[in-house]
Amino acid sequence: MLELRGIIDAIWSFIVGLLAGLGIPQWAIELVGYALIAVVMFGVVAVIVLFLVWWERKVSAKMQDRLGPMRVGWHGIIQTIADAIKLLQKEDITPKAIDFPIHFWAPVVTFVAAFMVYVTVPFGKGLIVSDLSVGVLYIIAITTFTVIGLLMAGWGSNNKYSLLGGFRSAAQVVSYEVPLSLALLGVIMISQTLSLGTIVTQQDNLLKWYVWRQPLGFLIFWIAATAECNRTPFDLPEADSELVAGFVTEYSGMKFAMFFLAEFVNMFTASVVAVTLFFGGWMSPFGPDFGPSWMWFLGKTMFFVFVLMWFRWTYPRLRVDQLMGFAWKVLLPLAFLNILLTGLGIYLFDGLK
Amino acid sequence: MTEISLTNLTFYILSFCIIAGGIFTVSSRNLFHSAVFLVFTLFSVAGMFVMLNAYLLAAIQVLIYVGAVAMLMIFGVMLTTRLADVRLRHVNEQSWPALAICGFFLAFLVYGLWDTPFTVSGVPMPADTAHALGTLLMTKYVLPFEVVSLLLLAALVGAVVIAKKD
Amino acid sequence: MDQVPIGLNHYLMLSGVLFTVGIFGVLTRRNAIAVLMSTELMFNAANIALVAFSRFVTPAALTGQIVAMFTIIVAAAEATVALAIVLLIYRSFKGINVDRINFMKW
Repeated sequence: MLELRGIIDAIWSFIVGLLAGLGIPQWAIELVGYALIAVVMFGVVAVIVLFLVWWERKVSAKMQDRLGPMRVGWHGIIQTIADAIKLLQKEDITPKAIDFPIHFWAPVVTFVAAFMVYVTVPFGKGLIVSDLSVGVLYIIAITTFTVIGLLMAGWGSNNKYSLLGGFRSAAQVVSYEVPLSLALLGVIMISQTLSLGTIVTQQDNLLKWYVWRQPLGFLIFWIAATAECNRTPFDLPEADSELVAGFVTEYSGMKFAMFFLAEFVNMFTASVVAVTLFFGGWMSPFGPDFGPSWMWFLGKTMFFVFVLMWFRWTYPRLRVDQLMGFAWKVLLPLAFLNILLTGLGIYLFDGLK
Repeated sequence: MTEISLTNLTFYILSFCIIAGGIFTVSSRNLFHSAVFLVFTLFSVAGMFVMLNAYLLAAIQVLIYVGAVAMLMIFGVMLTTRLADVRLRHVNEQSWPALAICGFFLAFLVYGLWDTPFTVSGVPMPADTAHALGTLLMTKYVLPFEVVSLLLLAALVGAVVIAKKD
Repeated sequence: MDQVPIGLNHYLMLSGVLFTVGIFGVLTRRNAIAVLMSTELMFNAANIALVAFSRFVTPAALTGQIVAMFTIIVAAAEATVALAIVLLIYRSFKGINVDRINFMKW
């Protein structure tokens, strides 16, 4: 089969043999292992994100009856790499009146927080770095860290537009985090675990997908997740027509690229959580061993990323008051209702187990 | 032996982060810098919880405090006049007596804790504390759990009533 | 590096230092929000001690972790009400420096 776990194990045992042959002590090999895992995860996610940037441009182009990038590579597929190289070479302009340490660290915080989620994401059968026993909570906790980065960017830029963008993002992310966590609670109540690996193995065919038992929960989660990653129709923090570019106004070159990539990583994260909790993760819909697991995972995730892009290029933006009102007056009561219904369902149908 | 030394190293690095972050939080002139250092400190404390096998607590710590500190930042920016003005006095006139008292208190604590033998239990920590904690909250500690939820509700209503513009 | 295994006393010492730093902040800072941050530090110091006791003294009972969880929740409630009060103080005194707030009745 095309399962990657065996290949990775083979490579790793080869490296261990090589290092042990050189007389390197056991703890150093372990450290090298952790570093390698980190680098490989970073590489995988970075490549996926580079692909997503290109794909977003293609999707938007098709929706607007254009061609999109066509020149670099086949249908412009390495356009993103060219853009990244261009951004790397650009001068890093830092305005004079900024709060330098805050301005400097803001993109780093956002970027690192965006990537830290992937510690506990099951990419395929056995392809999980660490199946934390508190996986779902960990993901929610780390994703909210981006709000600190955006606030830092807003404050550190010393610019009215940036500050407004940072404040909007803080209000939005903190508000939508509440219905998001409550929506995931329904799945957690049914599955009786917080570990993502276990949640995936519980949904081993199409009928066991949690979305069938949690349709309302999925809907709430998906709306709140769109808001969490600051995507249209909830992209008020960086609304270019109102706030210039919000918190990224004063950033250029590599720092801008970091914010940009972090946004796409967050988008991928939202899709990953949706797929893992509601759509069976890497499990194929037709039983446990049907096709390579990581391909199922990537396929399902890419579909949800596409839905996010679809939102972005078809929906108009909300107003700030509509945004907050929607979170607190619509999504939150619905999330409570969902929990109530889930509890009732468990009491009525699963109580006999 | 190597296992112990790696744990030791992690402990000392995290302790350094916590204490340095705490000192910068209370001594930074710029309130926003204080808040950022507070996030750093709280995150390191979450790391310390992970070292102590309290994974659930670490996740809760990050989840709750990040939102709380974000709110603190907003309020700080909103309500403080001349936030970044370094010439403004940021401590009151009792800082030297306070330093003396804190030094005395710290010396007292260190004297008391340096080699007090506690009865350390040799029982290993259960691996999955999340499940055990959940069960405990719903059985043995269900009354405090309900009381705390009532307290949260009271705090919510109280905050709205206090801050409401009449 | 010394090979003394990290025990309960190390964690308690760390907790004590952090608590002292928090007290210093509460005693000296003028800004009410900075005072709030210092109290958060003290809460965390207490939590480290509680979780360390839970880990080393009663590993099976998990009492310390439960209490620490309640501490975090109560800290959240405290921060909510305190921020509301700070907002009110700002409206009345046009500033939130705590040494300016020196009368109890308007």
